[in-house]
Formats: sequence, structure tokens, C-alpha cells
Amino acid sequence: MTKLLDREPVALLVFSAVILLMPLWLTPLGANYPDLLQKFAIYGIFAMGFNILFGLTGYLSFGHAAFLGVGSYAAVWSFKLFTMNVIPAIAFGVLFSGIFAFLIGYVSLRRSGIYFSILTLAFAQMCYNLAYSVLTPITNGETGLQLTLQDPRIIDRMFAPAGAGLPSTNFFGILMSGYSGFYFCAVVLIICFFISRRIFKSPFGLTLLGIKSNQNRMGYTGYNTRPYTQTAFVISGMFAGLAGSLLAVTDPLAGAERMQWTASGEVVLMTILGGVGTLIGPMLGAWLIKYFENIFSAFNEATLEQTFSFLPEPLAHAAVAISGLFVGEGWHLTLGVLFMLIVIFLPGGIMEGWRRLARWIGGGGGGKAKSESAAVAQPAE
Amino acid sequence: MSKIALTRRNLLKAGAASGVALAAPMSFVRGAYAEEFCNMPTGSTVTLGFNVPQSGPYADEGADELRAYQLAVKHLNGEGDGGMLNTFSSKALKGNGILGKKVEYVTGDTQTKSDAARASAKRMIEKDGAIMITGGSSSGVAVAVQGLCQENGIIFMAGLTHSNDTTGKDKKRFGFRHFFNAYMSGQALGPILADELGKDRTAYHLTADYNWGWTQEESIKNATENLGWKTASAVRTPLGAGDFSQYLTPVLNSGADVLILNHYGKDMVNSLTQAVQFGMREKQVNGKNFEIVVPLFSRLMAQGAGENIKGILGTTNWNWSLQDDASQAFVKSFGQEYGFPPSQAAQTCYVQALLYADACERAGAFTPPQVIEALEGFEFDGMGNGPTLYRAADHQCFKEVLVVRGNENPSSQFDLLDVVKIVPRDQVTYDPSIFGGELGPSDVKKC
Amino acid sequence: MDALLLQFLNGLDKGGAYALIALGLTLVFGTLGVVNFAHGALFMLGAFCAVTFNKLLTLEQIVLDPEQKTAWGTPLEIRTPYVEAWLGDFGVFLVNYSVPVSIIIAIPVMLLIGVVMERGLIKYFYKRPHADQILVTFGLAIVIQEIIKHYFGANPIPQSAPEIVAGSANIGAWLGLEGNIVYPWWRLVYFGFSVVVIGAVFAFLQFTTYGMVVRAGMRDSETVGLLGINIQKRFTVVFGIAAVVAGLAGVMYTPILPPDYHMGMDFLVLSFVVVVVGGMGSLPGAVLAGFLLGILQSFASMNEVKNILPGIDQIIIYLVAVVILLTMPRGLMGREGVMED
Repeated sequence: MTKLLDREPVALLVFSAVILLMPLWLTPLGANYPDLLQKFAIYGIFAMGFNILFGLTGYLSFGHAAFLGVGSYAAVWSFKLFTMNVIPAIAFGVLFSGIFAFLIGYVSLRRSGIYFSILTLAFAQMCYNLAYSVLTPITNGETGLQLTLQDPRIIDRMFAPAGAGLPSTNFFGILMSGYSGFYFCAVVLIICFFISRRIFKSPFGLTLLGIKSNQNRMGYTGYNTRPYTQTAFVISGMFAGLAGSLLAVTDPLAGAERMQWTASGEVVLMTILGGVGTLIGPMLGAWLIKYFENIFSAFNEATLEQTFSFLPEPLAHAAVAISGLFVGEGWHLTLGVLFMLIVIFLPGGIMEGWRRLARWIGGGGGGKAKSESAAVAQPAE
Repeated sequence: MSKIALTRRNLLKAGAASGVALAAPMSFVRGAYAEEFCNMPTGSTVTLGFNVPQSGPYADEGADELRAYQLAVKHLNGEGDGGMLNTFSSKALKGNGILGKKVEYVTGDTQTKSDAARASAKRMIEKDGAIMITGGSSSGVAVAVQGLCQENGIIFMAGLTHSNDTTGKDKKRFGFRHFFNAYMSGQALGPILADELGKDRTAYHLTADYNWGWTQEESIKNATENLGWKTASAVRTPLGAGDFSQYLTPVLNSGADVLILNHYGKDMVNSLTQAVQFGMREKQVNGKNFEIVVPLFSRLMAQGAGENIKGILGTTNWNWSLQDDASQAFVKSFGQEYGFPPSQAAQTCYVQALLYADACERAGAFTPPQVIEALEGFEFDGMGNGPTLYRAADHQCFKEVLVVRGNENPSSQFDLLDVVKIVPRDQVTYDPSIFGGELGPSDVKKC
Repeated sequence: MDALLLQFLNGLDKGGAYALIALGLTLVFGTLGVVNFAHGALFMLGAFCAVTFNKLLTLEQIVLDPEQKTAWGTPLEIRTPYVEAWLGDFGVFLVNYSVPVSIIIAIPVMLLIGVVMERGLIKYFYKRPHADQILVTFGLAIVIQEIIKHYFGANPIPQSAPEIVAGSANIGAWLGLEGNIVYPWWRLVYFGFSVVVIGAVFAFLQFTTYGMVVRAGMRDSETVGLLGINIQKRFTVVFGIAAVVAGLAGVMYTPILPPDYHMGMDFLVLSFVVVVVGGMGSLPGAVLAGFLLGILQSFASMNEVKNILPGIDQIIIYLVAVVILLTMPRGLMGREGVMED
């Protein structure tokens, strides 16, 4: 089975099936509702794109959220100025984040290691601080950029007069809210998976891996590494911009806090949690974090009491008291504990767990499973 | 699984499969086509969504809001002593839930971030079937969630939000605010400042560099300049600056004799603490005592500034020391439940929950346009703020505003604010057109 | 002129804080090669040492008085602090000086926390990739934060400086300058304190054999190990020292910034920037960068500057970081080969 997964059409088909059937298999987990499904797909793209830089080249960017923010702002401006159709919005989002990524990458890639990380962090924090305050005319600061009734929307106006309420984002007439929004994001995610897979298997991807394991040696063999890392940085920035514009597509609002360092840190955590350098690991990490953020934070005492009502009274009280620490306002604690447990017991993240599981179940099959990811899952430094 | 793999389907077939998958989950959406409007309660219960900050700087305020909501749910369902239901001028609520349906609730964490707040509100709407969303502790979140609720046809009862924009340029048909705003703070505080400090004063503003800070700076500046004050300077400080010393030292030799801190939350705690350390309370300028003013005061936050709030003037929406029946009834039931008095955030949230329930009762339906109609122009009393009007033009409540001063001799750790004056409603009422904005339509929306 | 002098003092004060926080981080970075995202949490724990000490001192005996009622109808609580009741004037003195006195408590507590952290967790991560170190220390930081939040709430908890240093010093008079140049005593104390602590750490590394071994370990831990020196044990001590320095920075900062559970995260990014701008593996670099960034931040916040470049005070630190890292490949005083791959 795992051997088959190495074949592109099979891999793609299985991946598509898993993604598109998410509403089915997430129902028992209580995660089947459009907003969370959309977030799963979008942050999956974000993490997957981040992994192209971090997983392949080893360059740890701590400012990737800036591109997410730029993508969102560009998309919302496209909705405001031109049309509610999502295609131009996505195009603008990817384009502008690509430009930003090119410029920031051009400067930051002059340094490596921690110096590179801090440069990207500095750029992202500057974007965030300015967007929150002095750039308010462009970003609408704290409140976030939203659609208004006064927006010009010139292309839409050529075809129809403005309605009474705010228009919705659409893909040639299909509304981008609810489940249709999810399927749109899901298809984009599948395309991104395809692209990302191709990059991983291409000579370009192998060159990047070479840079990761020893940049100097790559230099000695005659490679000029900069164009390669620069390209990887821009591609990864464009993935982030795509994710950002999809956030705006499913919910036309762009807030500055999307660019804050905590958001950049989050994608780093997602990637490491899932498994650096693996194809789908970062996406799994993203799902896990988003799941905790949205589902665990929603538990309150009343729901806990309901859950434990089958226990005898004193036991139920104790169970509610203890579990109450980890859910609701304590959901951060669960996340922190989870981070530690995974990294302590599963170096290599969720994908490592998967590999061990496969090895444990299938004996020989596991070894093969390793072949796909182990090639790229070297420790990143 | 392996069988599918063996047939080696290509992309085209994957497309077909996705079509099937696309159709499948649609049938799982709860009666999406049968209902009249989004999340119409069909069973014997009705679900409200309490969206409050549970992490981040306002977590304690959020916790207090949640306590107030839980108390409100109890009272609505006829448990407990009924709190302000007994003093509320409208007698539509009978303590049997809303329109006979038992009130249930779901909670979520806004994290005081627009994205997280919207995600949480969406979960309540899409998954939990909440018919109304309420709560929050900052204007950015209120405006963001209000916009979302407008798009989804869900009523939003704002929690603590003080920016003019919430019911000004960003007002929405589905959004309602009970809390007062920066403009009202300015109108209420101005005359008191003139009385207490004189008309010949020069003010120095330190303003949190974001939306709310600016609207408050503008409102206070206008109000004080109309009374003859001069403004030496208005300086923007980054949100969460922590150490404000570099903004405070220029105040010392600027010639200003009043420092106005347009900060809230942690920023307020830090800038006030540090301003006092810089000796500003003991300072004399132009023969007058130097004064510090914090236009928006919160008792909960003021605890963080400790001794430093003594004698500082500001405004607040409500304070537990008020002596009217409604306030006392609320303080009593809240205090008995939790052992300490409620904050202003708790009061506004409690009242908002009751007002929504009452509007449904009076409208005789949960249908949003009818509930909106019942709330618009609603005149009521007995909720702790004196006679109050929910103005139809901008969905802002007009009621008394409290001007308070940090208590010099607190009798307990909660007794931090002295009410200097209860400013009557007429004095803080303004023309809705000054802030612009449009409410938008009140169409029924389906999920 | 007055304004410039005051801003310079602000800069020194900020710089002192930045340098203190960065010092521990760069020790751990440079010596152990560990990216410690929990360093901010150590700073916060230090601050909460002071809070806890103060809370213990002000523990109150609660007597219910059924005669008097609260506004919500329960009997009024009458509170009398134990310490004052038992120790009289000395108790009052202790409460007044709770912040400086809690240094004495913070040192062993933070040392213990540091050693436990290193022995129990960090030591298993020396050989692991930086990515894993980031994840585990970030997780640890969240856990520590949430525990503090659970016990102390999310609101800031005010701590006051001893009364004797509560007001402001008239610096203008000392220097014989015209005008009213005053500066809070506590901030002067803080600056002096940071200089002393930084000096002590340097002296320890420079003049003791122990320090010499540690410095050698920073250069090349493998060779030091081959010489038969138990470098592991030294590392534990280094981590402990880093924790103590961060904790002390936190303790003394409480009167300036009322501590809350999140204050560590707020300082985390900044301390990383300071360390990297100073240069990896260089202690003097971190101190220099701390003061440089503190002073520049103060000057950038002046109205005269902000009027020309709006928003410059918000980004100055990052802007300076970018400029320095682009002109000096390894920060101000970084050494070759540390954290570059």
C-alpha cells in the first residue's frame, strides 16, 4: 500500500479523497462545520508552503505571517475596488505576497541560521506594527479591513447596481461561504499538495535539500545557492499569500494581528509538530493546533458536567474540576502539554508517530513508509 | 483502499469523486432548507453564544463577563433570585426562558483578536446553532464580530466596547451596544474637569495608537477645548509598550498641567503606574497641582494599578456601589453567587442578555427583524443606569454616565471608585449623524 | 537639552532591562546551543517570586463579622495581616521592602527552577535539532504561563517599591543644571542593579576557574570534555545562572511594570532580537546591544523625531536590527560558527 502511495496519481487520489471527505470523517470529532473545515484547508496550505522553505532548505523564517497578512489585505482591497469574484482577489494576494517575499527574501537571505530568522522576524514585526497604527488608512488598523457599502467595486458595478446589503464573495456566482467555500479551499489545497509534491521530487527540491545539509559543499560543487533559496523563499511566501487571500475569500476581513510574531510562530510550531520536511506533516500539525484552538476552547463547565453526568456525583465533580483545567480558558495549557509530549516522545513530530505505528503494525511495510519521508526528514537546523 | 489504488484512477475521476463528496455532507446540515431564518430554535431550547476573551490581557474581564452571562441565564430560566428581572421596567420576561424555551448557552474564546473572535462566533453560528452572539472586551473585536453577524443575520449584543465606531461609522443593523462610548465620556467628563480643575488648563494626551485610542483622544480633546483648555500635545504610544518612560519624560517639561491617558487595560495600568513614579501626582505647574485623568476607568483593571489610582478622575459605565434598587439587586445576586461584586463589564453583559430576551418576548418571535424592531427605540428603566433609550438611528444606548474618582480610603479591595457625579442622559446625547455610517438592511438570512 | 538627558536616562534604564534579560538567554544560547523560548517565562517567574513573597507577607487572618454586611448581604470580612500582627514594626518594614527582600528568595528559587529544567528536560535536547528545542521550550513556556494564570489570574498585580525610593530624584540639582530634571528613584536603582548583576556575571566568568571552564566550553565543548572535565555539570550551573539572572531582572522590574502571566512572552521576541543583534555567543555583545536598542528606542519616541517619521518609535528596534545584521554579518560582536547553520 505504501509503495503505491509513492505513485503520483495514487497519492493524489488518496489525498483528494481524504480532504474532500473531511466533512464526513470529522463529524464524530465535532469538527464538521464550514468555518473550521475552511481553516483546516487554509492553514494546511500555509504550513505546506512554509515547509517548502524550512523543510527543504533549513532556513527558519520567523516572519512568514507577514505574507499571510499581505495576501489578505490585497484580496480584501480587490473585493473593495474591483469585484467580489475571488479569482482576481487570489491573484492579487499571491502577486503582492510574492513581491514582498522577493524583497524580504532578497535582503534576509544574505544571512543564514539565527541571523536569517531574526531578519525575517524584524521585517514581519515592522509590517505588523505599522499596519496596526500609522498605516491605518490602508489597513484599517485594529478593526481590520472590512467591506463597506461605499466601496467602488468598479467591475461589479459595470454589470449590476449595488444592492442594499454587503455583497458576498463568489466564484462566478457560487457563494464562497459555508461548505462551498470549504470545497473551494479544499481544491486549492489539493493543487498545492500536487505542486508541493512535485517540488519535493524535482531536481530543484533535491538541490534545496543539498543546501540544507551543507551549503558550503554545495557552493564548492559549483552551485550558486542564492537563486535556489531565493526561489524557495518566494514560492513559500506565495503559498502564504494564497492562504491569506483564501482567509479573505471565505471571510472578507483582514486584521493586522495576522502578521504578528505569534502568528509566524504558530506556523513554525505547526510544521515542527507535524514533522519538518515531510509532505503532509505540517498540514497535520496545522489541523491539530486549529482543532484545539476552536474545539477545546469551547468547552465550559456546563458541557463538562453533561459529559461526566454518567459518573456518580463526587467522581463527576472531580472529573469536571480536573478536566476544566485543560479546556475552556485552559486550552492553552493542553496545547503546551501536547507540544512537549509530542516533541519528547516523537522526535520528528506526528509523522514520526505515523511511521512508528506503520512499522509496528506492518513490520515490513513500515520500512517502506519510511523511504518517502525519511529521505527528507533529516533534522533541520 | 488498495483496490481503489489498483485501478489507477486519474485526476478526472478524482474530480467526479469530489462531486459525490460535495453532495454528501449537504444533507448533514441541520434542516438547512426547512428553517425560516438562520438557527431558528425548533426544539424546547434556545442557544445563546457568549464570546468572551478567555486568554490574553482581558482574560479576567472576560471571566467576569461569563459569570454575568451565566447568572443571566439562570435568571431567565427562573432559577436564583431573579436579579434585575425584578426591577426591569419591562415585565415581559416571566422566568420561563425565552418564549417558553429554556435558555442554553455556548462559550468561546475571542483571544481579543478579530480573527479568533470571528472564528469563535462562526463556530457558534455554524455548529452550535446560536441565535444571538454577545460579549467581547475590545472595540476591534466588537466591530469585527458585528460585521460577521450582519452577514449571517444573527443578532449581536456588544459587550465592553467604548470606541465611537461601534455604533458610529461601523454600526450595523444587527449590532446593539449598551455600553457607553468615548464621545459620551468626553461630554460627561468635560464639565466635571472644568469644575474640579478650572478652565485654564493645558492638557497633554498619551494615546494608544489604534482606533479606539484615537476616537477617545478626539472626543476628550473636543470636549475640553470647548471649555477653554489648551492641548499641549497629543502623543501616540504603541499598543503594549510596557515601559512608557520615553513618552512620560517629555510631559514633565512641556508646560502641561494635566496628563490625559487614553489607554485601557494593561497599557493603562502601566502608564498610570509609571506616571505616578515620575512624581506627577506631587508636581506643581503654573502654580497648580498637576493632575492625571484616565477617561475610561474599569475597576477590574484599576486593581492592577494598585495605590496609583487614588484621586484619579475618569468615567465608567456602571459601578457596584450605586445605590439604586436595580444595581443593588444585581450586586446582591452576583455577590451571593460568586462572593465578590460585579464589574462594569459584567453589568453591561448581563443587561444585554436580558434586553435581548425581553425583546424576543415583546416581539413574540425569535425572527431577527422583529427582534430588531423591538429593540430599536426601546425605552426602559430599572437596569442600573437610570432611564435608558436604545436609539433606533444607531443602536446605541443613551443613559447616565458615571464620573468617578479613585477612592482615597477604600474600605475593601473592591471599593476602588468613588462616584463623583451621575451625569444625566441629556447631557451625553448627541446627533447620530456626526459619526456617519449606515445600519444596512435587516433581511432575514438563512444559514 | 533636558529632554535629551531624560531620554538618555530612559534609554539606560530600558537598556539595563534588555541587557539583563538578554544576558541569560545568550549564556544558554552560546554555551549550550539551546534556543530557549522559555526564557521569557523565567523572567516572568522571577517577577512572580516577588508577587508570591508579597502575598505571603500580606496573608490576612479573615474574621467574619456577622454584625456588618456587604452590599450583597454576606457577613463582612475583617482582615488583619498576620505578619504585622506577629512582628509589629519589623513586619511593616518587611512588607515595605518586599521587592528588594524577595531577591534573597528569588535566587535559590530560580536556581532550583533552572537546574530542574535543565536536568529534567533541556539536557535531553542538546543533541536535538533547534526545531525540536523551539517546540519543547515553547510548550514549556505555555505550561508555566497557564499555571501562573490559574493561580494569579490574568490581571496585572501591582507591587510597590520601598517608600524611601518611591519618589523622584532631582537630577538637575545634582548636576547643577537649570530646570526641573527629575527621575524616579526606583529606575535609578534598577539601572544600578542591572550594572551590578551584569558585572557579577562577567566577573564570575572571567575570574573564576569555573567561569574559565565554561568559557572554554563555549568555544569548544568537545575538547573540554576530552580533557576530562565534567562539562555537563558546568552546563547545569550555567543554565541555573541564566535562570537566576532572568528571575532577578523580573523581580526588580515589578514596581515599574505590574507583572501578569503574559509578561514573559511580551519580552521574549525583544530579548531574542537583542541577543542576535549583539552577536551569537558574545556576552558583551548582548549587553551592548541591550543598551544601544534601549537608548535608540527612547530617542526615537521623542515628539520631534516622530513628527518627521511617524511611527518610527514602533519599529525602531527592528529597523536597527535589520541595519546592523546587514552591515555586520554576525551582529555587533558575534563569533564565527555559533548558530549559523
